Amino acid sequence: MLSRHADSLYWLARYVERAENTARLIEAATRLSATPIIADGGRNEWEMAVDGTGTLDRFHEQHDEATQRTVVDYLAFSSANPSSIRSCLDIARANARSVRTALTMDMWETINSGWMETRGVNSPNLTRQELSDFLSRVKELSLRFDGSAYRTMLRNDAYYFLRLGTLIERADFTARVLALKADVLDPTRPSLGGSADYFQWSWILRSVSALTSYHWVYRDNLKPNLVAEFLILKAEMPRSLVSCYENIMINLDSLSRDYGRQGASQRKARMLLSQLQDTTLSGLFAIGLKEFLERFILDNASLGDTIAEQYLG
Amino acid sequence: MPAFDEMHGFGQGVRPAYRTIQAWLDSSDPENLKRLQKEAEFLFRRIGITFAVYGDAEAEERIIPFDIVPRVLTGSEWATLSRGLTQRVTALNRFLADVYGAGDIVRAGIVPADLVYQNPAFRPEMVGLKLPHDVYVQIAGIDIIRTDDKDFYVLEDNARTPSGVSYMLENRDVQMRLCPDLFAETRIQPVDNYPDELLASLRSLAPISAPAEPTVVLMTPGPLNSAYYEHSFLADKLGVELVEGRDLYVLDQVVYMRTTRGPKRVDVIYRRIDDDFLDPMVFRPDSVLGIPGLISAYRAGNVTLANAVGTGVADDKAIYTYMPEIVRFYLGEEPILKNVPTWRCREPDSLRYVLDHLPELVVKEVQGSGGYGMLVGPKSTKEQIETFRARLVADPDGFIAQPTLALSTSPTFVGEGIAPRHIDLRPFVLTGADKVRIVPGGLTRVALKDGSLVVNSSQGGGTKDTWIIEDPADSAPPSAGLSQSQSQAGG
Repeated sequence: MLSRHADSLYWLARYVERAENTARLIEAATRLSATPIIADGGRNEWEMAVDGTGTLDRFHEQHDEATQRTVVDYLAFSSANPSSIRSCLDIARANARSVRTALTMDMWETINSGWMETRGVNSPNLTRQELSDFLSRVKELSLRFDGSAYRTMLRNDAYYFLRLGTLIERADFTARVLALKADVLDPTRPSLGGSADYFQWSWILRSVSALTSYHWVYRDNLKPNLVAEFLILKAEMPRSLVSCYENIMINLDSLSRDYGRQGASQRKARMLLSQLQDTTLSGLFAIGLKEFLERFILDNASLGDTIAEQYLG
Repeated sequence: MPAFDEMHGFGQGVRPAYRTIQAWLDSSDPENLKRLQKEAEFLFRRIGITFAVYGDAEAEERIIPFDIVPRVLTGSEWATLSRGLTQRVTALNRFLADVYGAGDIVRAGIVPADLVYQNPAFRPEMVGLKLPHDVYVQIAGIDIIRTDDKDFYVLEDNARTPSGVSYMLENRDVQMRLCPDLFAETRIQPVDNYPDELLASLRSLAPISAPAEPTVVLMTPGPLNSAYYEHSFLADKLGVELVEGRDLYVLDQVVYMRTTRGPKRVDVIYRRIDDDFLDPMVFRPDSVLGIPGLISAYRAGNVTLANAVGTGVADDKAIYTYMPEIVRFYLGEEPILKNVPTWRCREPDSLRYVLDHLPELVVKEVQGSGGYGMLVGPKSTKEQIETFRARLVADPDGFIAQPTLALSTSPTFVGEGIAPRHIDLRPFVLTGADKVRIVPGGLTRVALKDGSLVVNSSQGGGTKDTWIIEDPADSAPPSAGLSQSQSQAGG
């Protein structure tokens, strides 16, 4: 396929995934803001939400204070934020439009109708209900997009590039959310007392939509080391880093099989996957959770660059 | 006199071809029709059939209105049209091969040399170039109108990059979704084989050096172009890559596209981009849409462009006035389709007549398209006419004039109910190495404003599904004697 089309598909998937992740971050922050605890070195839940997208500096160029109003505006609607939900959907649709031929009708209709439905919503003074409806629609768009890709696309290179975009973005997001809270996940750290720990840990899981599945997997209360294990090392958790990389590998291998050639992307992904598979929980904390995650975020971005160089240029 | 109506003729009752439509309209209450109209709009918007209107930033993406009442032609009407279209497009191709070759028609004194060789659309790069099977216009869109139940007139030949065929295909899909019962009652010739016919035509004209399975691509200026939807739609139906200039490059006079597997040779480019932008090394140097070196590959015979470069010299409105003679010259036949009587303002007598009769006439720019830059005399204010008069006097060569024709009308849903609106028809004519292919039907355009004669989508026009049905048992026999003398007014 055309390199430009592969590039558009890859970024289409990344932006749809990013829109969904950002919607979940806002939801989690909204929920946390309704709890009595505000204790994270003076940072409030709204600032944390912005930090989860890795754009705190840009946010502070535009706003002094992180409040529900400023953060929701910035994360959901601001055109000055290239990763706001609005920007993500605009870019996703523009990409979809430029690769119409590589998308099935169902996928295009999902993107196009989702874009049209959410386009009119943009007042930062939405009621809670209106905001919640908006966020639900964004999540729904992403789920329908994934579902229609899964059910209607030919299993060929177009599909693999789309999946790679989703998975690289997803791994990035999981790692960022964890890195944000790496300190409260350190099991040797003194407890914040009361239910404060619980709210912090559950915020992490909610941000990646993993609270319920945690309970199904561990049948236990929230424990910080298990939260880390769940989101990094558990292959059955689809948002865990190891799961993302297993699937990245599958898609890269499918590509190299179809094209009859391995390249730098395959080698790099294989190396990162085996590192993840060889990591143990105790090893994680021995390296230092924060250090581990920060390195992962860089490695993951670098794999994205390698894929772009090998296929999308 | 009221215009000829496709359903009611000149008021002598319902024409047989429209009986099904009549029964359907009679049995539907306005609320039901309104609901169908809404549903149609919803479908189009969701599929993303949008149309960018140049110079209208607000309405960056707008859908072309679809009218729910189909336009109907009988099999014998179509047979006449189809023969006429084949004849006309064959003559266009012969004309192009001639003006870029021997130039017989100019030497015979049929078409003035300056109209050909001084024409801005004439491309010296094409002189002496031999194209596969001498086909220049692989895809033509011929705009047809009628004023009674006998004659079809050609209003305009579109031999550059005619658009609208996606609407022909989508309109049928939507009409079938909206009114399945109508399709159960009537046998309507299908149009959905158009992409197959197009691909067959394009492949048949691949360069001799191309492999047995030539690689065809569709080239678009990009998502900002007003017809981008159509480009992506067609590429999808054809199963070919939709490329932009930056996806292609030329090496050793061969065109390649950049793919995820490395370079791939391209044999046929169905380009939906104007000549001017094709190759910055030959045409506009500021074009970023084109492919440097494309024309060198073209001249080396390593790639086929559809349509060929320089076809604009044949569909120019000044050349149009000579089409009847062009048909006779190359084919030795009388034209089956009439030309609309036309005054060539470059001729002093005609100019005088036109200036004296501006309020009655339609005046068009020779180089204009899309309904821009024209004067519809009867619908214009005194000021508009005077402004136009000044332009006309300043550059008479740049204009032609035609009588204000009473384009036929067709029943159309207009919000309160059904009313007659003026229509035209653009059939799409495909020329391959082996034959001319025409999918039965075409795009019917309708002027939605009451009394308006301008059907262009950029000027508030809409479209209809176009049906070619079997001749009703008791319909009048097709009109005999198609060899009318061509009205060549002026001079």
